[in-house]
Amino acid sequence: MSTLCRSCLVALPEAPSTARCPACGGRRLISHPELETLAVAHIDCDAFYASVEKRDNPELRDKPVIVGGGRRGVVAAACYVARLRGVRSALPMFQALKACPDAVVIRPEMAKYQKVGRRIREMMMELTPLVEPLSIDEAFLDLSGTEAVHGGAPARSLANLLQRIEREVGLTASVGLSFNKFLAKVASEIDKPRGFAVIGRADAQAFLAPKPVGIIWGVGKVLRQTLERDGIVTIADLLRRDEADLIARYGAIGQRLSRFARGQDDRPVDPVAPAKSISAETTFDGDIADPAVLLAQLWPLCEKVSRRLKRSEKAGHGVTLKLKTADFKLLTRSRRLSDPTCLAETLYRAAQPLLEGEATGRKFRLIGIGAADLVDGTLADPPNLLDPDRDQQARVEKAIDAVRARLGDAAIGKGRGLVPRVARRR
Amino acid sequence: MKLTIERAALLKTLAHVQSVVERRNTIPILSNVLVDAGDGELALTATDMDLTIVETVAAEVATAGATTAPAHTLYDIVRKLPEGAQVEISSSGDGTQLMVKAGRSVFTLATLPKEDFPTTGEVDLPHEFRLASLELRNLIDRTRFAISTEETRYYLNGIYVHASEVDGVPCLRAVATDGHRLARFEMPLPEGASGLPGVIVPRKAVAELRKLIEETEDPIAVSLSETKVRFAFGKTVLTSKLIDGTFPDYERVIPSGNDKVVEVDCQAFAQAVDRVSTISSEKSRAVKLVIENGNITLSASSPENGTATEEIEISYGGPGIEIGFNSRYLLDIAQQIEGDAAEITLADGASPTIVRDRADPSALYVLMPMRV
Repeated sequence: MSTLCRSCLVALPEAPSTARCPACGGRRLISHPELETLAVAHIDCDAFYASVEKRDNPELRDKPVIVGGGRRGVVAAACYVARLRGVRSALPMFQALKACPDAVVIRPEMAKYQKVGRRIREMMMELTPLVEPLSIDEAFLDLSGTEAVHGGAPARSLANLLQRIEREVGLTASVGLSFNKFLAKVASEIDKPRGFAVIGRADAQAFLAPKPVGIIWGVGKVLRQTLERDGIVTIADLLRRDEADLIARYGAIGQRLSRFARGQDDRPVDPVAPAKSISAETTFDGDIADPAVLLAQLWPLCEKVSRRLKRSEKAGHGVTLKLKTADFKLLTRSRRLSDPTCLAETLYRAAQPLLEGEATGRKFRLIGIGAADLVDGTLADPPNLLDPDRDQQARVEKAIDAVRARLGDAAIGKGRGLVPRVARRR
Repeated sequence: MKLTIERAALLKTLAHVQSVVERRNTIPILSNVLVDAGDGELALTATDMDLTIVETVAAEVATAGATTAPAHTLYDIVRKLPEGAQVEISSSGDGTQLMVKAGRSVFTLATLPKEDFPTTGEVDLPHEFRLASLELRNLIDRTRFAISTEETRYYLNGIYVHASEVDGVPCLRAVATDGHRLARFEMPLPEGASGLPGVIVPRKAVAELRKLIEETEDPIAVSLSETKVRFAFGKTVLTSKLIDGTFPDYERVIPSGNDKVVEVDCQAFAQAVDRVSTISSEKSRAVKLVIENGNITLSASSPENGTATEEIEISYGGPGIEIGFNSRYLLDIAQQIEGDAAEITLADGASPTIVRDRADPSALYVLMPMRV
């Protein structure tokens, strides 16, 4: 098989002379000499949040839709109509609205997206146990050895999955198919939306060579600029250097640069890639300098992180406070705890002095908190000689969680989550 | 400044002094050692602003004077000079360089002016007493392992020393805890120590002091105020800031109602804990103790490694107890017990447990159990 019809899933030994499927007449044919043997895929839903919103409100179908937080937030997702106007994810909302003033802005409703994301993840799991989620709507899949089970090559199983997602969930997704994770991810970007792109062993080098080094995972703005200064702009430039030289020059990432440039990536698709940290953050509607107000913003985030720790049966041994100043400087401050914790109270008490050390008149636009060095939840909050009320804290939070589970999050909360009235009036 | 000194004497003094200097310093002068040549004597001073050490050593001083030079570099140079070498140290006419000569080796080091070197100044230390070096070594060894490294509760980052009373007899107490275990050492109150304020001696000062008194047999003169402590012995003076904080009311943490007394052969127990803990997971290090009539079964298990059990004989006649501990904490305590028998006093499987050396009542250890 070198050709597959995405509409009727018929496999053809070679590409037909016309651009149409001889079986169904459809035009959605994928042809690649290695189509039958490639098994590592990256699947990414197209404009996920925005697509979910459009699905749920058909009136929005032809309008530019931006999902994102408030006046001050950033774009979490933009539909393809909005993208044509220059809106992209992570763009500050005011800029997005400048580019696209008639956009329909929708506040993200994470619970809804998570539900849809889980549904799609379940469908992936039906294809292979080797599903490595990257985010709510994105994952790597390794379909090696599934041919007999599914009665067809991985490419066919994937095309079938895309059809199911469209039919049963009402969303479109794009697939990148290759022989390793790096190339699969690169491939999934090629043909978006509703795409299906293939990079094989034979064409990987030729495909990569003219591409900018920025497509390599781990090459951000800073490294890209460094590389550019050294005369490395495209992957072809990397191919001209040997690995030892790149390592000597750029450290550990040099090895990755060299290998990825050659299309080599031996990272396995790891279904249990455990979270390294769990965090939550929020961008304010207006910049905040008042420590009391910042603390009030911090508390619900601690609760959020705590809830996720408890749900995933993890505990964090480290706490990281994240702040972004009004002029976009990012600050992080970390502390190691005496014991791993999953309690919001403990996270808060560790972060409070860190915040008070930074909130000395400066204005901030964002605050976040993360639990790092995650360990198993059974190690959370052991009894402590000097903290005899720790057990009680755990019981208090358990009680709050139980009330909220029945009556909703707003039903009960600690007073410190309320913004001080004096500050609110300002 | 110009002087000559035998390498071994200089090396020993420099080794003591440079240890206080932090490897990474944002303030350049703190990387330097103050080299001060006076009447037949060389004084070396190093500080990290919290902890200052001054040590003197006899030297042939041709011209008195003082300057500062990079401590670690100077130490490395002297360390690499051949044994028995005579070292000549001199400063250049304009004072910007320090020359070190030995045999055919010549080194020139950049200096910083001695005026820039932070001085502690004369401080008033109203409380003074003496401790035998063995007593001070014991005081530190029995407690320091329990010092916390947690930044949030900074007041636990040292040994709390204060004057107290046991059954009407005045005593000196040293306590350290990290919330998982607590170590308390007590000794008769030395003369001059009555009315001593409770002070917290920081971890780094404890570590440096312990190294310095390893070999000395001289008594140690301790003087302190509420903010500073000084230890003087031989030709060394160590001055440290104290931790400005309130040590928790540790007496409340030491249980008084533990009625189940287990006596174990300490060495056999420690070895068994060590062996069994090979299996326990890196993160928890948990070991479970099942205590029954005349017998303890130690066990550990981890999903990755497997399981381990070992039994040892004990003297115990009470009801059965199951309790878990961090094996590392058990071993830390066992290491401090020099007698043959350790006495473990328990209430139940979830309450703080007391460990003591049967042969030595001066130290007491409290250990918080783990959930196993």
